[in-house]
Amino acid sequence: MSSPSSVPMDKGVPRFEHGSRVPGWDTPADLEKDPATIPGVGGTPSVPVPDGLRAEIEAHMALYPETRSASLPALAAAQRVHGWCSPEAIEQVACVMGLTPADLAAVATFYDMLETEPVGRHSVYVCTNISCSLCGADALLAAIQGSASDEEEFNVRGFECLGACDIAPMASVDGVYVGPLSIEDVPALLEDVRAGRPVLPEKQLARKRVADPHANTQEFPLHEAEGDA
Amino acid sequence: MSATASPMLLFHDIDEPGLNTLEVYERRGGYEALHKALQSSPEEVLAQLEASGIRGRGGAGFSMGKKVSFLPKGTMDKYLVCNADESEPGTFKDRELMQKSPHMLIEGIVIASYAAGTNRSFIYIRGEYVLQADMLDAALGEAREAGFVGEEILDSEHSLSLVVHRGAGAYICGEETGLLDSLEGKRGNPRLKPPFPAVQGLYQGPTLINNVETLATVPAIMRMGGEEYAKLGVETSTGTKLVSISGQVQRPGNYEIELGIPSREIIYGLAGGPPEGREIKCWFPGGSSAPVLTADDLDVPYDFDSLGKAGSMLGSGAIIVVDDSTPIVELAMKLAKFYRHESCGKCTPCREGTNWTVKMLERIDSGEATPMDLDIMASVQEHIIGNCLCVLGDAMAMPIGSMIAKFRPEFEAHIEAAQARNGLGATAASDLALVAQGAVEAHSEPADHTAEQLGAGEQAPGEHAGEPGTHQGGL
Repeated sequence: MSSPSSVPMDKGVPRFEHGSRVPGWDTPADLEKDPATIPGVGGTPSVPVPDGLRAEIEAHMALYPETRSASLPALAAAQRVHGWCSPEAIEQVACVMGLTPADLAAVATFYDMLETEPVGRHSVYVCTNISCSLCGADALLAAIQGSASDEEEFNVRGFECLGACDIAPMASVDGVYVGPLSIEDVPALLEDVRAGRPVLPEKQLARKRVADPHANTQEFPLHEAEGDA
Repeated sequence: MSATASPMLLFHDIDEPGLNTLEVYERRGGYEALHKALQSSPEEVLAQLEASGIRGRGGAGFSMGKKVSFLPKGTMDKYLVCNADESEPGTFKDRELMQKSPHMLIEGIVIASYAAGTNRSFIYIRGEYVLQADMLDAALGEAREAGFVGEEILDSEHSLSLVVHRGAGAYICGEETGLLDSLEGKRGNPRLKPPFPAVQGLYQGPTLINNVETLATVPAIMRMGGEEYAKLGVETSTGTKLVSISGQVQRPGNYEIELGIPSREIIYGLAGGPPEGREIKCWFPGGSSAPVLTADDLDVPYDFDSLGKAGSMLGSGAIIVVDDSTPIVELAMKLAKFYRHESCGKCTPCREGTNWTVKMLERIDSGEATPMDLDIMASVQEHIIGNCLCVLGDAMAMPIGSMIAKFRPEFEAHIEAAQARNGLGATAASDLALVAQGAVEAHSEPADHTAEQLGAGEQAPGEHAGEPGTHQGGL
């Protein structure tokens, strides 16, 4: 019987249906084994890295006293090139940064915005945290998931608080915040993404004024849509 | 209303077009505070910060002046990190500041670094804030060009490098030591304290970490003087504060208030209160990590110590209002699932505690729990608090614990209603287990016969004893 387990288990550790780990998951590491290798160092074959990506990663590395600090921006850059943090993408970053691929895989799996599985081209993060869900975010997420069935195109996800509870319920579409969204907005939103247009320009956060009525001594016009993609 | 008289330090004409550019910011008196600061000694600037009494705006509410003074003196690699990983649910004040007035933050960072004697600084901004990070990068470029950031700032001996570092989506990176690990390019696991970051932080060097709003207030403190700033607000909570109000209110958004005004004035006066015909059920005064308060607490003054005395905290200054249309179990579940997702997994009480709290809440929601389970859940919360390296676990335990304490009858009613929905009446859990076992044993006999013998109503408990959480749709 298929059991839709109520607890989404992490993908890394193999588990039984009831949740406990498969024996052997804690088998100790083989200490006789050669140390992990870095592509291009100590006889390990190097991997070809696109010039643009290499330049971008090296520029990030130059900003910090310790180059390892650049691993988040570097993985983000590789994700932009490859679409996700694929094993190849991680190897290329490892090659440029002089780290082992395992080091970077550990980082990539920790952060929500780094994808460790292939995903659609356009990210649609729907905030489903408290403030947004009080304003109907769960129904919004279901509606977007229902309409964006072409998975090649869309990566629709429920996301933790995106820090825009004033425009709840909201979504971040390829990094552009839009809200408050209603179910009726969903077709137009997806159509804008498909057509490569700025998403729902009149609903973008960039154009919103501060709510505080005392903040402005005079009437200022709406902001230019700075967030337009 | 005193709210109307509240002075605007951070939000003054915040919507002026082009305030994010150096030209407009300077025309409005921007970077004058930096000139003033660099003409006095770092000790004098530090004295101003201490006199202002400003407490950190990120959540812990620790005195900023004290924090700066903890940094060791002398020549060494010291760092200043601005915490712009604003991910506490309900909080969105730093977003507004960085997007609309990024130069204010940069000016504050340069002044604070002068007082603390740091030469390298970083802004760790959450990866989701794409627009805001772009704004900061653009503003930083202008500031560098104009000589406000870089070598020998304004012909003084103070030099500072500043880098905008983008995160990649993890709540725990808002915790200061988790942030440091993340900034070093690792997983954002919190560190054991002590040593505190002021002694051993980024790259093992002394590090000053402050929230965006705290640093953005520094120019205002320099302009008006620490003592003048301390006259705003109340004795132990000085100054103004940005409050993010969200949830079920009529006018959600950011408001700048003077600390110490009654909470009612913020929720009803500024934000318009809950929608027509609704009443406030509970509210979080300082982000989702703060214990909930009820409608009875609306007259508590909105400042650090008064909210502490009322059994909650000011936290990041994010008020989330929940009206009486929302079931408390649903709210608790949202909250617990969030912390379960964001727990980094380093400390057992938090990793397991958040997981088991979600499981217990699911049992409550499905009617498998008994009122005794509420006590167990409350004790799980008690065992999390204070037993981990960081306060992420506490941040779930405190609000969930307060919900159980304040809304226990509703939790109990929820359990009874769910049991009734399952067709079990108010069967005690022990009976339920017996019924379930009986049904399971019966199933192991020739299946066709027992299926006929058992009514549909009795079959159900057998199913959900084996598989928690699956029966809801079926019944």
